[in-house]
Order: sequence, then C-alpha cells, then structure tokens
Amino acid sequence: MVRSFRAPRCLPWASAMNRLTTPLTVDDYLGQLDPLWSARHPAGRVRSVRREGPGAATLTIRPGRGWSGHRAGQYLPIGVEIDGVHHWRTYSITSPPDDSDVSLTVKARPDGRVSPHLVHRTPPGTVLRLGPAQGEFTLPEPLPARVLFVTAGSGITPVMGLLRTLARRHRTAPDAVLLHSAPTPDECLFQGELGLMAAEFAWLKLRLTLTRSDGRLTPKRIAGACPDWRDRYAWVCGPDGLLDAAERQWAAAGLRERLRLERFRLMPAQPTGEGAVGGRVRFARSGVETDAAADTTLLAAGEAAGVPMPYGCRRGLCFGCLVPLVEGRVRDLRTGELRDMQNEMIQTCVNGAAGPLALDL
Amino acid sequence: MSLSVVAPDARALRTEELGRELDRLRAEIVADRGPGDARYIHHVIAVQRGCEAVGRCALAVSVFPPAWVAGTALLALAKTLENMELGHNILHGQWDWLGDPAIHSTTWEWDFVTPADAWKRTHNHLHHTYTNVVGRDRDLGYTIVRMAADQPWRPVHLLQPLYTALLAPVFEWGIAVYDLEADAVPSGRKSLRSLLGDATALLRKAARQSAKDYVLFPFLAGPSALPCLLGNLTANGVRNVWAHTVIFCGHFPADVRTFTYTEEQIEGESRGEWYLRQIQGSANIEGGPLLHVLTGNLSHQIEHHLFPDLPSNRYAQLAPRVREICARYGLPYVTGPLWRQYASMWGRVLRHALP
Repeated sequence: MVRSFRAPRCLPWASAMNRLTTPLTVDDYLGQLDPLWSARHPAGRVRSVRREGPGAATLTIRPGRGWSGHRAGQYLPIGVEIDGVHHWRTYSITSPPDDSDVSLTVKARPDGRVSPHLVHRTPPGTVLRLGPAQGEFTLPEPLPARVLFVTAGSGITPVMGLLRTLARRHRTAPDAVLLHSAPTPDECLFQGELGLMAAEFAWLKLRLTLTRSDGRLTPKRIAGACPDWRDRYAWVCGPDGLLDAAERQWAAAGLRERLRLERFRLMPAQPTGEGAVGGRVRFARSGVETDAAADTTLLAAGEAAGVPMPYGCRRGLCFGCLVPLVEGRVRDLRTGELRDMQNEMIQTCVNGAAGPLALDL
Repeated sequence: MSLSVVAPDARALRTEELGRELDRLRAEIVADRGPGDARYIHHVIAVQRGCEAVGRCALAVSVFPPAWVAGTALLALAKTLENMELGHNILHGQWDWLGDPAIHSTTWEWDFVTPADAWKRTHNHLHHTYTNVVGRDRDLGYTIVRMAADQPWRPVHLLQPLYTALLAPVFEWGIAVYDLEADAVPSGRKSLRSLLGDATALLRKAARQSAKDYVLFPFLAGPSALPCLLGNLTANGVRNVWAHTVIFCGHFPADVRTFTYTEEQIEGESRGEWYLRQIQGSANIEGGPLLHVLTGNLSHQIEHHLFPDLPSNRYAQLAPRVREICARYGLPYVTGPLWRQYASMWGRVLRHALP
C-alpha cells in the first residue's frame, strides 16, 4: 500500500539536535536551504531527461539525504509540483539499486496531467518529492535458476530495473526469457538496449511481439514462445487483460505461487459532468467493500458498512476525518469538485464516490 | 431590511440565498488558488524559521544587552508567526490542497504546549461547529470566564477580571489544560482512560517544549544562560499575551451574539443558517497588512469562521465582499480597531463577572 504521508525518520546524530528545534527537526531548517538536505521530507533533483522514443522519457534523479534506497522492480511515489500543488504519482524504478542516481522511465499519457509534465516540461534541476520505494515485484534471494518475464507496453519498466540488476551479476544471472510486446517497433521502450543486452548476454533470450501486426500476447503465445514456462518463476507486468490471462494460466497449471504480477493502478476514466455516479468503495485495510450512492458521503457509506471511520464535525470543517485515497476518484458534495490524486488525504464527511475507489482504512 | 424583522418564511428563503451566495464566493477562491498562494506560505515559513534561527543565535550572546533585545524580539516574532499564521491555519487544513506532506494538517506540529491533535478536536471540531452556542462552544469563556448573560453565574466569576488578566501571559498552558476536556469526564462525554491518554501526550509535549526553551538553549548559551532564559520566557509571554488578545477580540466584543442550544435549531441548521451564525458570532479587527499577518489573519475572524479551510492570505480579499453581502442582507458586521475591540471585550468580562 502506498503511503506518502509517513512519520518522520530520525537519524541518531540528529536526535540530540532535534531537541533544540522541537517540534520541528533540524531537517526542517536544512530543507529551507536545500530541499535535498531534508530527511524528514525526502526530495530529489532531476539531473537529466533523456527521450525514449515518442512520448516517453527517462528522468535521472539524484536523491537527497532522506532517500532510503530501493530493490530492483520496486516503484516510487513522487510528488511533482505543478502550479504550486504537489501531485503524487508512482512510477517504476528502472535503475539498479547500487547506482547513486535513481531513474524512472515515464510514458506521457495523452489525458494525463503529471506524466506529460514530467516528459515534456521538466527541466534538469527540478526538485521532486520522493516517497519510500515500495512493491513486491522484486527478485528473491537466492535467485531461481530459470526465470520468465512477460511484459506489455510500459510494463517493461519494472522489468528493465530487474534486467539491469541481473546484468550487473552477469555470470551468476539466471537463465532468463523476456517476452515483451509493444504496438510498433517505434513504441517499444528500450528497444536498442534490449537488443544489445540479448546480443551480449547468453543467459537472456528476447522475444518481441508487435501487437499492431501480430496481435496480443496470449497464454497460447506465451506457452509457444517459452515451452518450459512451467519450470520458470515468472514476473508479469502490463495491462489488466494480460495480468488476468496470466493469472488464470498459472493458476490452472497449479503454479500460482511461481507468478508475480505488477498491476499499474491507472485511474479509470470517469464522467466529469454533474451527473455524479457513486460507486464501489473498498476499504483496503479492513477488506470491507460497499456500494456508495452518488449523494452519500464516504463517511456515511463506511459507517453503514460497519467500518470504524475517523470523524469530527461532519460538516467539512475540522479535518478530523481525513483518510488517504488509495485509488479512484471522489467528488466534493459541496462543490462538485473531483479529486483523484493517489494518496491524497480526503475528507470523508464531504466527499462522495465518483466511480470505484479504495480508501486506506 | 434586516433578517430579524422579516416574516419567518421569507427569512428562511433569504437565509438560503445568503448560503448560496457565500458558497459561490468560496468556490471562486477555491478555483483561483494557485502558485501565488503556495509562494506565500513558503515565504512565511522561510521568514519564520529565519527569525527563529537568528533570534536564538542572538540570545546565545545575550549578556550583551542589544543582542538580548534583538534576540527576544525576533524570537517573539517567530513564535507569533509560527502559532498564528502557520500553526493555526495549517492545522485547519487550509494548505492541504498543496499536496505537500510538509505543510499538511495531519503532519504539522506546532511550538505550543498543547499537542496539535488535542487542539484540532476542541478548536476545529467543537468551536467551529458550535460557534458561540452557550453550553456547546467551550471557547465561549473557555469554561472559566462567563461571557454571556445566559451562562449561569457562580461566585467564582467575581474574580474573572483577575484570572482573565493572569491567564494572558500563560495562555498556552491554559489552552493545554482546557484541551484536556477534564470537565467532560463527570458528564460521561469523555472516558477517564482517554483523559489519561491525553494528559500523557500533553506532558510529553510540554516537557519537550519546556526543556528546549528553559533548559537546553540557556545551557548552551553558557555565560548568557540567565539572559537567554529570560529572553525565552519573555518571547513566550509576549506571544501568549498577543494570542490571548487576538482570540478574545475575535468573539467577545460587546456586539457579538451568543446563541442558545436547541436540538432542531443547531443540529438541523442549513448551510445558510450556519453561515448566519458564524457572521453574528465573530468580530474582526481593523488594521494594516502587518497586523493581519501577525494575527494569522484572525483579524478577519468573520471570514475565517465562514471559510475556515480557505488559505488565510485570501481573507483580506474576501473581507470587503463579505462585508458588502452583510450590508445587503442587513446583517451586523462587527469590526473595529484593536484598542476598541479589546476595550469592548474587557467590558464584557467585567459586566458578566456580576450576576
């Protein structure tokens, strides 16, 4: 679960100094001079932005003091300031963990607000807020002898982090098959680098599917291109259709525990007009699910479903009911304003569901 | 035509119209929030931390009298900004829309002995919901000062001019004890267990705060220890007196109304009725931009009570428009210079000391 609002971390040497700055920390003062010096609110500075074909770019970020590192295959919440407002999104990390810089490869979504900003309007020097790296789409220790990666579109990004990490091990890397699919060669992220890797490393076999001409990766194709798929530990990342198909395929073979999936949590597109829609509300921690009508507050919906909800004034004043929105979209019932920022704290007493959503509760 | 003299049905209609008009005003500001507002709050934070750092350094060499004066003044200024323009407003969620965890109502802690969580409950929830409702808004006299004729008189109130004056320099301690809501335990509104939990949280925070101002910094100041300690005491005292002044002037000048609690009126009130009560239950202080910043824009108490979650730097812009709306609806808009509001507030303390 993604949580960008977390308790401050305290480094041992700083704890004595923090007594002098309480209730702030020394970091809060250092952060005034350079945001990268703050450990309490980690930040990083963009060092370079490299084009990766049309509409995609790799951002190399020098993390500040607060960075606590990552494992290959994890994703990173970043806070991007646009017009004074921090928008939080998560992107897969494509750099190996032992690099001093962190790189993210971002594909600009045509209807997005943050990804086009990162790809087209983020000059080197820009400061980004960093959350802690998260996710379990990682390599186990010890490594299995044979692995399979199945990816589609930008689903290659976390796998690129895994492959680059394996490339560092080179001789001890497991036998690996990568089945990647992209609409056209132009739209295949990392095509050059993947080709070079496959040519250089005997342990890596690359099979590229061009979906515009060949059609999608199906269970049949996966089995055809990698006949020993049952003997391999598999990592699959891409659109829901691919993940669902893979999950069925591996489950049917009784091998579900050999499969790791990474779902990109893309926001479902919702109508934005006044015709509020309501939706299915999932309380991620308690596991409760309920349907909320368009004009019902999330607080009322949660209480009706028996979830212990934090609450205060019930009028949108006291902010005693703030809960992080994990995914989906909410509508402010007072103003009709829609919000869909991942991890944003929302007031459940004045917001209703605008489509399916999940709350961290 | 005043709202109080028209027929009940027409009055309800007018009230709903007032509500819609104020809702539109709110929506306008919400839509207009942007980089300028973000710059404002970042600037205030930078100035506040700068003043505090420089002030503390000056107090470290405060055996030298000009350093004492400058250090104490800067520290008092820093603490005032920290409490009023930053702490109070950020804890209201005014800056949550920035999406910045460093400036957020859920992560902010302030340089005030009462923990942010306890204060958010008594202030954001109880006070802002039940503004000036006798028996519900504990801020109406902070449970010890009698401020309205319909609050029951007890002999102890004869002393209230004295203890109100004594409260001012230690206001943060008064608020801290008040936020414990010990008076809610006998009535069953709060459990003894949660009172003990809150008291522990308060003691922990108060210990850290006091250690910083009254032990650690004076100790580090070496030969300047005593003047440094006095400087810190003075800065906290000045900040407390100022906060007490601003807050008492916000709700207790003579022309501010109080309300009687009736279930259907208060719990069932519409948005328009709620706005109406906020306007009648608050008072502004007139002055220049510096006064507004130093009060945390609570000099625009009426605007703050109408829109507690709008960024404070917007209240000055809202004030003339709210005042115009009040004039159009025949509503009072209680405002005046600081000295007058202060005198008026004291008049009320003195008057209600007697039965």
